[in-house]
Amino acid sequence: MSGRVIIIGGGLAGLAATIKVAEAGVPVDLFSVVPVKRSHSVCAQGGINAAKNMKGEGDHPNIHTTDTLFGGEYLADQSLVQNMCNDAPNIIDLLDRMGVTFNRTAEGFLDFRRFGGTLFNRTAFAGATTGQQLMYALDEQVRRYEAQGLVEKYEYWEFMSVVKDGQGVCRGVTAMNIWNREMKVFKGNAVCLCTGGPGLVFGKSTNSVINTGAAASRAWQQGVWYGNGEFIQVHPTSIPGADKLRLISESVRGEGGRVWVPKSSDDKRDAVDIPEEDRDYFLERKYPKYGNLVPRDVATREIFSMCVNENRGINGENMVYLDITPPRSGKDGDVLERKLGGVFEIYRKFAGDDPIQRPMKIFPGMHYSMGGLWVSPEDSNGHVKQMTNVPGLFAAGEADFQYHGANRLGANSLLSCIFGGFTAGPRMVEWIKSNSGEADSSVYQDELKRQEEINKTVLAMNSGKENAFAIHRELGQSMTAQCTVVRTNEGLQQLLGKLGELEQRWSDIDVNDDSTPVNQSFAFTRALYDMIQLAKAMAKGALQRNECRGAHYKPEFDLEKPEKEQLGDHRLTQAYKKFVAELEKKHGVTYDSKFKEPDNGGDAVAPEFEQYMEKWVEQQKQWSKTTLATWKEGAEPDIEYRDVVMTCEPPKPRIYK
Amino acid sequence: MADKKVHLIIKRQENPDSAPYWEEFEVPHTPGMNVISALMEIRLNPVTRDGKHVRPVTWDSGCLEEVCGACSMRINGRPRQSCSALVDQLEQPVRLEPFSKFPVLRDLMVDRTPMFEALKRVKAWVPVDGTYAMGSGEKIDPDQQGTMYKYSECMTCGCCLEACPQYNDKSAFIGASAIGQAHLFNMNPTGKNLKKDRLDELMGPGGVVDCGNAQNCVRVCPKGIPLTDAIAAIGGEVTVHAVKKLLRL
Repeated sequence: MSGRVIIIGGGLAGLAATIKVAEAGVPVDLFSVVPVKRSHSVCAQGGINAAKNMKGEGDHPNIHTTDTLFGGEYLADQSLVQNMCNDAPNIIDLLDRMGVTFNRTAEGFLDFRRFGGTLFNRTAFAGATTGQQLMYALDEQVRRYEAQGLVEKYEYWEFMSVVKDGQGVCRGVTAMNIWNREMKVFKGNAVCLCTGGPGLVFGKSTNSVINTGAAASRAWQQGVWYGNGEFIQVHPTSIPGADKLRLISESVRGEGGRVWVPKSSDDKRDAVDIPEEDRDYFLERKYPKYGNLVPRDVATREIFSMCVNENRGINGENMVYLDITPPRSGKDGDVLERKLGGVFEIYRKFAGDDPIQRPMKIFPGMHYSMGGLWVSPEDSNGHVKQMTNVPGLFAAGEADFQYHGANRLGANSLLSCIFGGFTAGPRMVEWIKSNSGEADSSVYQDELKRQEEINKTVLAMNSGKENAFAIHRELGQSMTAQCTVVRTNEGLQQLLGKLGELEQRWSDIDVNDDSTPVNQSFAFTRALYDMIQLAKAMAKGALQRNECRGAHYKPEFDLEKPEKEQLGDHRLTQAYKKFVAELEKKHGVTYDSKFKEPDNGGDAVAPEFEQYMEKWVEQQKQWSKTTLATWKEGAEPDIEYRDVVMTCEPPKPRIYK
Repeated sequence: MADKKVHLIIKRQENPDSAPYWEEFEVPHTPGMNVISALMEIRLNPVTRDGKHVRPVTWDSGCLEEVCGACSMRINGRPRQSCSALVDQLEQPVRLEPFSKFPVLRDLMVDRTPMFEALKRVKAWVPVDGTYAMGSGEKIDPDQQGTMYKYSECMTCGCCLEACPQYNDKSAFIGASAIGQAHLFNMNPTGKNLKKDRLDELMGPGGVVDCGNAQNCVRVCPKGIPLTDAIAAIGGEVTVHAVKKLLRL
């Protein structure tokens, strides 16, 4: 078969795509800024979801689909989520065959644990380093193809731009060897960006330091749409640090970890000396059904609000307790060690305390971008799944915007990365069959020249008064303050002003290094420009979205919920019935009867609930839309909206009891 | 203490071919800080202790949680990850050097490509037929899983090789990490199908017999992987394998 595929990024999505392409006998050039084995996917701790129903609970991929859509407040394309959840059990089986050291039951079957946003034991796990174990399994398979000559790795090469021909079709990339700054053009008949998330845009986050988001930003600046940029997940539990925020996995709560603060903010006793009656397990108190396992955005806002609004953090600081000690979690220390050893190790090493002896101290930290490069949800009308609006350019993994809607459920990211890669791979193989040509050689040379000019300009930045790392710190502080847990339009306006200012000041950076070998200052300065650009997509999207949905929380537009006793079955409200009928007509589907009015009619709803549902339906009509940002040089991005396709089920109000 | 400082002495090298030299820095101390945060402070203001403006220090890092293996260096002489090296637990001045067993690219960053090549040599993978749906893998005893899990935490950081007296440019020794991985895949129900190939590779020059039994590897491994158990197991298997080969069994 003729043609080559280029894959940028060697995390789970990139490796998954690589395996599928190589398996079809098509050669792959795999690029990564680090040895692929060091990609950020290794950081995922808790597990990977699949409704294999191994615990006799009646779990099913359809329930996984509903949990994912509901958790993401119906902003994800439904058919894709359904496909992913249907395929999840096969993916787990494959990973098992590839040798992932998943935890086992006494009989030797795969063990499953609970995670947030579901009531089922659906999460397969390998200790508390599931991401690392999955990464290594795929890395090993790719190494096998590398040994056979089907995969060529370009490690320590950074993606700089897409090469597009006169028709706007992707024909390759330019990349830079970060060891010696060599710029080269690489021809490819299909390119897939699997470049991960943009954690560094927020300064400190739970992400690896390589997660600048620069690659996605570069593609965006070349005309790819950026979807749902404003949806940024802040993980409820991380250890604040000077260099990064270290994740404490949701699996701690899945295994019985409980979040609490002292009932009295004056209580200065040591955590272990505070008796049960003086502790406020506020998530359990407010959400009796899900308790500590409410979805991440809910847990994050509650912890944030407890510390910032109620000033009830530990010793007045922005921290709460996460308690997995055996007396509180009801689990034996040895069992906990076997299931969560990797998480405990991180806490012991970096916080210097033992979570089995004493509760951990945690606070929310920026964790994941639901938003990313727009990719098509369908394989028709000239579109190809996982392909961006630039023909021949694909994206997968956290770099794409699909699968999670407005908020991602825990243990769905490893799944979406592998599924996205597995979806992109075969489609690229198919794509190159009818797109095997090359562009004129001048097209490649022009793009290379353009990139080399930019490099020359940045290297010559040696008389300014700004430090790139200091500007980065400011960028992170502004984004964290205005564009994470709580957002206001005033704050977002200021933020956009600040981003404009930082862009100006960027030109006044002293790179302070014009040498050739591993010039990190130079590479970081280039990436910083792209981070500032991408921040605009997030801030502008957040500014324009006047509602609360998933991770996007703007109190001034929060619909006031009726009192608990007034809440009823939403399916019985007139507003909802009408809404569902409209949706069925619009999408040409008939939803399963369980999403509609029950046969027995049920009890009448309170008028307050009916009124709430009317407002809620209005909000859905206005905002059940994908945000599409288009880059504009030196200005704020253009924002457009597209309706979300709802072929599986109608949205329902997100009330976790 | 607002004016508490951290004193660092860093071995620098401009390029792979130039001579190394030392520079000293002083950065403000913050509670709980690690070596990476100290390096980040230098980057914000790259001025030496004696006031000289210099180029920022180059180092390799990734996750900062000790799972990616990137940020290995010698800290006060000991090979380890710089992210988990908390300054308060280190004697000052803190002395940072690049690994000595790998080519220096610049400052604290080295080229560890040979480690990944070694994984190819020992076929550190499970030979699956393909990615299509073929059902689940074999059941595995939870204790066996526990043993395998330890080895599968190896992040190719290179500490075991840096500490090993037998691993150097005068020897072909493949080193502990690859032997650990060979052992891991020999334990896997399907991975063991390639056991003969792995033992062939580890039987020859640079194989397991080159181990001098210094046991430094297991002492410095940041993940506590029982590397010497793997070396002992593979050593025994290689002997049996060699005898069988000799007798054409």
